[in-house]
Formats: sequence, C-alpha cells, structure tokens
Amino acid sequence: MDWISPRTLKRLGMLNMNQRNVNYIARYNERSSYPLVDNKLKTKLVVAEYGVKTPKLLQVVKQQHEISHFREMAEGLAGFAIKPAKGSGGKGITVITGRDGDFFVKASGARVGAPVLERHLTNILAGLYSLAGTPDVAIVENLVESDPSLAKYSHQGVPDIRIVVFQGYPVMAMLRLATTASDGKANLHQGAVGVGLDIGSGKSLNAVQFNRPITLHPDTGLALENIDINDWEEMLEMASRCYEATGLGYMGVDLVVDANEGPLLLELNARPGLAIQMANGRGLLPRLHAVESLKRPHFTPRERANYAMETFASL
Amino acid sequence: MTSPSRLPFYIAVLLLISAGISLAVWRHIELGIPWLTGEQRPVWMIEARVDFDGAGEPVVASLNIPEQPPGFRILTEQAASPGYGFSIIDKSGSRRAEWTKRDVSGPQTLYFKAQFIPDPGAQPAQPSQQPKTQKLFWEEPQATAVREILSQAEARSSTPESMTRELIRLMQPDTRVQNTTLLVSEENYLPLLVNMLNHSGIPARTADGLKLEDARRRQQLIPFLQIYNGERWLTLNPKTAAQGVPEDILLWRQGSESLLDVVGGGNSEISFSMLRQTIPALQLAAMQSDGKGLGFLSFYELPIEEQSMFRMLLLLPLGALVVAFMRIVIGIRTSGTFMPVLIAVAFVQTTLVPGLIAFLSVVSIGLAMRGYLSSLNLLLVSRISALIILVIFITAGLSVFGYQMGFNTGMTVTFFPMVIIAWTIERMSILWEEEGGQEVLVQGSGSLFVAICAYLLMSAPLAGHLTFNFPELHFAILGLILLMGQYTGYKLTELKRFTPMKAYD
Repeated sequence: MDWISPRTLKRLGMLNMNQRNVNYIARYNERSSYPLVDNKLKTKLVVAEYGVKTPKLLQVVKQQHEISHFREMAEGLAGFAIKPAKGSGGKGITVITGRDGDFFVKASGARVGAPVLERHLTNILAGLYSLAGTPDVAIVENLVESDPSLAKYSHQGVPDIRIVVFQGYPVMAMLRLATTASDGKANLHQGAVGVGLDIGSGKSLNAVQFNRPITLHPDTGLALENIDINDWEEMLEMASRCYEATGLGYMGVDLVVDANEGPLLLELNARPGLAIQMANGRGLLPRLHAVESLKRPHFTPRERANYAMETFASL
Repeated sequence: MTSPSRLPFYIAVLLLISAGISLAVWRHIELGIPWLTGEQRPVWMIEARVDFDGAGEPVVASLNIPEQPPGFRILTEQAASPGYGFSIIDKSGSRRAEWTKRDVSGPQTLYFKAQFIPDPGAQPAQPSQQPKTQKLFWEEPQATAVREILSQAEARSSTPESMTRELIRLMQPDTRVQNTTLLVSEENYLPLLVNMLNHSGIPARTADGLKLEDARRRQQLIPFLQIYNGERWLTLNPKTAAQGVPEDILLWRQGSESLLDVVGGGNSEISFSMLRQTIPALQLAAMQSDGKGLGFLSFYELPIEEQSMFRMLLLLPLGALVVAFMRIVIGIRTSGTFMPVLIAVAFVQTTLVPGLIAFLSVVSIGLAMRGYLSSLNLLLVSRISALIILVIFITAGLSVFGYQMGFNTGMTVTFFPMVIIAWTIERMSILWEEEGGQEVLVQGSGSLFVAICAYLLMSAPLAGHLTFNFPELHFAILGLILLMGQYTGYKLTELKRFTPMKAYD
C-alpha cells in the first residue's frame, strides 16, 4: 500500500474533509442559505436577479397530475434535460438529445419512450433523488449545447467547469469531462476526468481520473495539456457574483459554456468536493488563508476575480 | 469573520470528561462498585443458635446482636424460628433480637444469622453522652488492697489508656504482689478489673468477641475489656493489655450487660458457628447501595425489566463512539449514519455469526425482491412500505424454515429492526442502480465492518459492566464524541486518497 504522510499533505496545503466541514462549511455557510443551492429552481431564480445566466427553464412539474402535460410540452422540443430540483451529485438527471419517431434519444444513445420519462418524473416528485428523501419538484430545462472547443474533449455529456468560491473570491477551478466510466456524468468519483485550470489564465494544468494523474482523455484520446478556456475572466466574475446572490461563503459553482449563449450557471454546491485539489496538483489551504487574512476585502465581483487571477496563480 | 475562541469549548469538554471519571472513581470508593466483572469479596456468615427448655409458660428470649462492630459492616440479618414472633429492638444503646411465644414446652432451638463484610473503616458510633462510672463499696481488707494497687498504677500513668495498661500489668501472675494475690482469682479477674477501673474514675465495661475461622462450629466467645477515654470506647485485651480489636475478631456484644436473657425457659445456652463466603463484589455493592448518599445515581433500584432495558440502552453510546471514530478519524464509508449501531445492537442479541448470516440473507433476498419492485414504477412511500412488509415475510419465512430444519438461530432474525433493514435495502438498491455494484460492496462491507467493531466493543463483558454500573462514564464518552467533532486532521483513508499528490511535493 502506498501512503502519503500527513506532514507532506500539510506542506502541500491540502484541505481535508473534516477541516472543510468544520472550518469552512460550518463557519462560512449559513444554514438558512442552503435551500437556495440545494434547490435548483430557487438557485435559478435568485441568481437571475444578479445577472447570472442559467439554461432556459421550460417546465416545472410540481404535482403528479401535471405529468400529463409533459408530453404536450415535449412534443416540439429536440433536446432537453429533466432534473430533480433537490438532486445532488447529478443524481436523477436525464438528458434527452433528440427524437427518433415516438422515442426520445438519451445522451447515451439509448432510445426511451414517453412512459419511461413520465415514470422518471414520478420518481423525482416522490423524492427518490432529493437529499433527504423529501418530496421534490422536477424541472425541465433547455438542452445545453456545449461549445465545440470544449465538447470535443468530453465523451458524451457536457463538460462543465467547477469553480470553488470562497468569500466571493474564485480560489480554484477545474474542468470536468465525462467518460464512459462516468456514464456521461461529470462527477469525479464516478470516473469523470478532472482537469485543473490555472486560475490566472484558464489554461489546463494537469488531469486526473479516479484520483490518478493522466495525460490523455481515456475515451477521446485527446491530449489534455493545452486546453484554454475562452472568456475566463468573465466566468470567474460570474462565479464570484453567486456569492452576493446566495451569501454562501464556501461553495462550488458549476458553469457550462453554451455554444450560443456563452457561460451559463448549471448549479451551485454548498459542499464542494476535495478532488479539485488533486486535479490542480495544489492544496486549497494557502489560497483560503490568503483570503481569510485580507484586511480590506474587495467589494465588486470584478475586483475579486482580478485579485484572484493575480494572486492565486502562484499559490 | 473571526472564529470564536475554542478555549471555553475545550475546558467544557475537559470538565465533562473529568466529571465523568471522577464521579465513577468516587462511586467506586464510596459504594465499592468494582471496576472489573467477577470480582469476589469475602463475607462472614455467623449463626447464633439459642437452645433452652420451655416450661409450659410464655417465653421471651432476648439475644444481644451486634451493632456496628469495629472493622465490620452488617450486610444481612435474619432469624429462623418457626412459631415464634420475632423483632429486633433498639434500646438504650444495645440491639437485641427478641423471640416471643405464648406457650412453650420441651427443648427449643432459635437461630439468628447475620452476614458481615470486613471493612477496616467501620467504627462504632460515638456515645451521645459521657458514660458514667459506678463506684463500688469495697470491704476491708480488699478496700485497702484496691486503693494500694490503684495508687501504684496511677503513679506510673498519665492517661486512661496507660492507667489501664499499668493496672493490667500489675494484676498479671508474674508481677503480682501481696495486694493483688488477695484480690484476684481466676473467675473474677475481668469483673474485678472493670470494677477497679470504674472505681478509679475510668468508665469500663466488658465485651465479647468471636474469633473468625472458616467452617467453625461451637466457637467460644472471647472476653474483651473496653474503656472510655473521654472520646470513644477503646477495646483492650484484658490479659496482654494490647489495644485495638484484632482483624479476625468480631465483637458480638459490646455495651450491653447480658448476652442472652430467656424469661420462661430454663437451661438456656448459646453457641456460634460461622462460614466464610464469597459473593460478587457487584452484588455486594448493589445490596448496600440503598440508603447511601450516592446510591440514587444507580439503576439497581429500578425493576429488573427496566434494568435490562437500560443495560441495552447504555451500550448505545459506545456504538455511537465507534461510528464517530470510524467515520471521522478512519474515514470508512457506511450506508446510513447509524445503521451500523442498530445492526450491532441486533448482533448483541443474536451473537455474531448467526446474526451475520441472518442479516446477509435478509438483505440479499430483499435486494432481489426490490429489483422486481423497481420495475413496477411505484411511488417512494408505497415502495418502502411494500419493502417493509416483504422484509417481515422474509424474516418470518427464515424463522419458520430455520426452525423446521432444526436451527434455532433462524429465529434470531426477528431481532433486527425491520424498518431499518427495509431502508438499508432501498438505499443499497438505489446505490446499485446509480453507482454500480462496487459502491454497494464498499459501503455495505464498511457498514458491516463498523457494525462488527461496535458489536465487539458492546458485547465485551467489561463494557456492559462499566456502562451499566458507572453510567456517569457516559459523560466521558460524550466528551470524546464532542472532541471528535472538532477533529480537523486528515482521515486515515485520505492519506491513501491523496497519495498521488506526492508528485507535486
């Protein structure tokens, strides 16, 4: 067995689970703000007021009887995504990319009939995917068409960008690419590839899958070294703005780049994972401490994004 | 945002832990509750047998019984005497067992049994008022002899104790002078000594002691001299003047004039027999707990049924401690936070191997059935409800099948909490569909591992003993759990998870 010593981890500034929970989430995240991020519908509404764009909302299914309207609504649509409002970790999200006669084509290529989707909606309403098993609502969103420059790296699914925002400062970022192993989902623990992004430039640093460093995407075979995210500063500013919207001191902001609409907010996470450190090859602690020791915090999202780009790249 | 100082928290936790431990130590000392199970303590069972002949009259037999003999505590007292009325009477500084019967004839036998625990700290209560001395009128020539001897002894002493010692020395055969030879004879030695001491102004009396020897019958009483030194009664050997009661002597009678009075009967006789017994120290503590200052803190007074329920409940904090440790410090993933504790509690009742077999078979059959339920497209609540009913069917089936096959272990399935098992199956099933079989295996075996660890700790006899007899130790467990809630170090599993970071060091 190969182990790393706690002293080495400390030197690297690696944030661990207990420390994240006690010193950051419990200390900086107000309990009362959790519903804002744990409920995607509420997130969409609240960030809209702060000028953060999200995928277009097509339908909200709140009651069992409303499911019957789903078929009419879906009639004219080519692609859409069904999400449980209170789902976590991508659970219960079904992405329909197109139609094949009466059938819907899922992102995986599988063809399913409308009854399957209706059953899925029933499950969502019953709370199967919600955090505490509580009754939920289902939202149907416009399908995000990923920007081709990024889409080519991902196997199925939409690549998304996770930015950890602390006290409104974007502190660390990574690009998450779906793989066969992750079944089109962008969750690292399910086998998605995480590519660390330089916070100063939006260029890729290094990549991991299942916590192991890799250089090529396992499915597409593309090199992951020279990825460059467009509109990087704008994305950081967008992530930073979510702090004002929710008031959460420590959160993960998930963004996608839509081919037509540019960067969109996918969801917020009040308990962002630690794997982002492995993708970056850096620990979070030096940057978190830097923000904590700031005597005069910056007031606008742009100032904070600029400060992050200047300062954190070297930490 | 500045964080509030952690210091008050740590002080509170420290207080909690030390309060728990010191309360336990206190109760250990005060009530004698043993730290370990199976600790035995010696107890002396002494039986006094009274024989007399009835003469066809009403009888009152009154036997002096011990009250706070120095160096011993009385554990139990009982009398066996069919047909007699019995009571224990406390009067004028002496306790007496009194048997009464209207019409008595022929030889009679009465028994009085008492158990004594050696306790070096036990001392008789202080007399509430100064005992009085009784001056005796001596006739000549004894009066002169007494005066002579007393003045000799007085000249050589300073305190009541030394006076008594000198007097005893002067009255021994080897030091006797003419004066003493005149007074002392073998029969009247002790009464004479008492009278002379009283004459000189020192309150004195006799006492009877029993030498404790295992399985001895017809043990003789040994006479002792007691003098009052102004504060308390001191016991002396009347021949050697050695002060204090030897460890193996139990003073049966002190402060009372007569040992046995029988009114209405003749030829009365008393004999003592004794036995050394051992009883569990815990039982001893439980018997003594009532009435003592800290006794109210224990569960011994509750009905047995509630006691056994608390026995189980008080083990739960240990399970919670194991779960907290495994999840926070080790970093083992379990399915459902405290599901392992509930499984461990069930294991305590079923024992490990039958419990494991029963649990695994119920869960795996349940998972297979859940596979079918999931294709029915049911609402969550009715699906769980259906699952609960199925789990009951499975357990009933396993019990009946096991019983028919001759395995009583099949019956133990019923100890598992049905609703918890149903939820476990539901969660495992969803986990299987979403994350694949590997994650089910990881979380399932993690849960079972934690459950087995908790079971091993909870089923240890010492753990059950300490948690039930020292419930205050739970303060310490609470303190430890609170401390763990502040642990911000790396989990053991994170040291493995973050290993690739070596490359960036």
